[in-house]
Amino acid sequence: MHELIGTIIGRLNSPSRGVDKAVFQTRTGRIAFTTDSFVMKPPVVNGCDIGMLSVNGTVNDLVTMGAKPEYLSLSLIIEESLDNDFLMNIVESVGKAAKNAGVKIVTGDVKVVEKGGCDKIFINTSGVGRVYRGVNVSTTRAKPGDAVILTGSIGDHGAAVLAARGEFQLEADVQSDCAPLTSIIEALVRRKVPLHTLIDPTRGGLATSLNEVAESSRVSVEIREEDIPVRDEVQGFCEVLGIEPLYLGCEGRLVIFVPQAYAEKAVRVLRRLKVSEDACVIGRVVGRSRMGEVWLRTRAGGLRSLPMLHGIPLPRIC
Amino acid sequence: MRFIQEYRDGELVRRIAGRANELLERLGRRVKIMEVCGTHTMAVARHGLKSLFKENLDLISGPGCPVCVTPNSGFAMVFQAAEAGKTVATFGDMMRVPLNSRSLLTLKGEGLDIRVVYSPYDAIKMAVEEPGRELVMAGIGFETTSPLFASIILRCREKGVRNLSLISLFKLMPPVLNALLEAEDLKIDGLILPGHVSTIIGVKPYVELVEKHRVPAVVTGFEPVDIVESIRMVLKQLAENRSMVENEYARTVRHEGNVKAIRLMQEVFKPVDSEWRGLGVIPGSGLALREEFRFFDAVEKHGLKPVEAANPQGCLCGEVVRGSRKPVECRLYRKVCRPDNPVGPCMVSSEGTCAAYYYAGL
Amino acid sequence: MCLGIPGRVEEVKGEEAVVSFGGTRRSVRLDLVENVSVGDYVIVHAGFAIQVLDQEAALEMLEALREVFKE
Repeated sequence: MHELIGTIIGRLNSPSRGVDKAVFQTRTGRIAFTTDSFVMKPPVVNGCDIGMLSVNGTVNDLVTMGAKPEYLSLSLIIEESLDNDFLMNIVESVGKAAKNAGVKIVTGDVKVVEKGGCDKIFINTSGVGRVYRGVNVSTTRAKPGDAVILTGSIGDHGAAVLAARGEFQLEADVQSDCAPLTSIIEALVRRKVPLHTLIDPTRGGLATSLNEVAESSRVSVEIREEDIPVRDEVQGFCEVLGIEPLYLGCEGRLVIFVPQAYAEKAVRVLRRLKVSEDACVIGRVVGRSRMGEVWLRTRAGGLRSLPMLHGIPLPRIC
Repeated sequence: MRFIQEYRDGELVRRIAGRANELLERLGRRVKIMEVCGTHTMAVARHGLKSLFKENLDLISGPGCPVCVTPNSGFAMVFQAAEAGKTVATFGDMMRVPLNSRSLLTLKGEGLDIRVVYSPYDAIKMAVEEPGRELVMAGIGFETTSPLFASIILRCREKGVRNLSLISLFKLMPPVLNALLEAEDLKIDGLILPGHVSTIIGVKPYVELVEKHRVPAVVTGFEPVDIVESIRMVLKQLAENRSMVENEYARTVRHEGNVKAIRLMQEVFKPVDSEWRGLGVIPGSGLALREEFRFFDAVEKHGLKPVEAANPQGCLCGEVVRGSRKPVECRLYRKVCRPDNPVGPCMVSSEGTCAAYYYAGL
Repeated sequence: MCLGIPGRVEEVKGEEAVVSFGGTRRSVRLDLVENVSVGDYVIVHAGFAIQVLDQEAALEMLEALREVFKE
């Protein structure tokens, strides 16, 4: 997938080296611009649906660019035979999520394709926002010595999706963590906490996001398993399927790299917000590394590498 | 989670590993301990357990991954069943195993009816719910798994289910352990025995083996405390010049095993000679359906042929499952062969040694 | 080769039981075990209980380890 994207960007001769994120300098400041498409399957899971996800996903992308999300576009591609009640529920969900996230949907499009032309409904949202003055965050800016802060439990959304797919007849009380994270950057900026990197551990989970930062910043990151919050329900669900929460997606969490000296303050500020009440330091950037490395100190006291996720996490049985 | 979390106690693990390291120091020489269960390989990798021990401990992985030790001729029959339009039911592991550059996942993408099941019981439910379909189960696994399928076959016979059959590729542990201990080049000093295979077959089958080869062997559970404690127990035996079978996993493994499961397994299956990737044919190391259950043999029912296929060039999977080479000694490991681009089953299977090593950064 | 995890038996319904793994529940076949009661812990492999866990033995072993390996 990464290779495909690289090839496409090459062909487009694009000024932006970024993938789905771009920042523009204007006379009055910097504007962040991002886009994302959502093909969630199934479209409704416990605690989230594709409508809510399409808003919060793009809102959170803007947050990771150091911006305050302001305006969204909304494009729907709908299968001809789609149940009208179902569609209206999704639309209502979009509206509620936008209101909750403090963003306005100002433009959009709807296309209907023949039955089978898409999987029920595909949504694309693009978003713009102003980058906070003085904030300069990027996956390339993590530095040796930085503290790695996680704003809440991992794997909730990924587990909710797997549970909803019902492929393994498991009943689990797992719920998506999908939520807008604007309040987090607002609070950290207001309290003048210097930020190096913000990343949301969506597809591929925490492990994959940490690898992206480690690679981009050319650093070695070490995290501690026992400091990473995992809900009991998610833990049990993962044990049964033989998969690790570290590789399951989150849709309401941030990983924040700050200078070590500001770690305590950052966690204090975060814990005062509902959406990051379980925030904690989970590790450190321990040094430079040409290829980028992520290491996990396991609960049992061992040390293991945490590579990028490859392929779909198919549950292991035998 | 009870009976899991307590066995991940970092403090207890540290202390036990400490004692193990004292024994390693005392022994002074290189000690080679082999574990023969894919789940052990994964547990060691996942919890980073190798890093706890002194340099002179060589903890190696053996042929404990059922998908990895199944020869290409076995996979070929599963592919044939799918291509012949049958509905194939298989465990998740099998889906991405490459055979001539294709996998069951590729075939599924091309429209063939291949279904991942969590339990063989799901397959029998499918057969009953869809009487128009011919279901073929891919029977891959060791003694932990074969009794489940024995139970399913008996149920099919009892309920008159006629549209379900099995490709029996099951293998047995004791014969391959014997082969490994006989191999002159491997020089194994101690064995970590598979805890769930042993839950079925008990401790008895290993006694004769250990007496014959005079190598310490410990039946082991799957959590960090279990594994480090078993390693310590093997080292203690070596230090005291003993060689016996011990049972670390007594909370689950009874000396006689699971008598009911053994009975079912023996009722439906008989031991036959079987080919193992990297090890050749080992006498009496596989299971085939008994004569009276021929009706459920997919190979016969659908005319499947065990067609051999060449192993990809450079792939060391055979030697890795045998324990004679480590993944890092394979030219392709990490450079070409990775979980997103697996060349052989050892990298694609979730129990495969190469996959485990990759995820542990080894 | 044998992913088997311990779960608590919450309900017994003839040949099947509802087993809870830290909150995640599944129906489990009891064809390979006998005399299973609510409150028992079973080791589950691919949807089948393959043994009833000996809780006393488990406790004894942990206590013994903690005692023997006290620093």
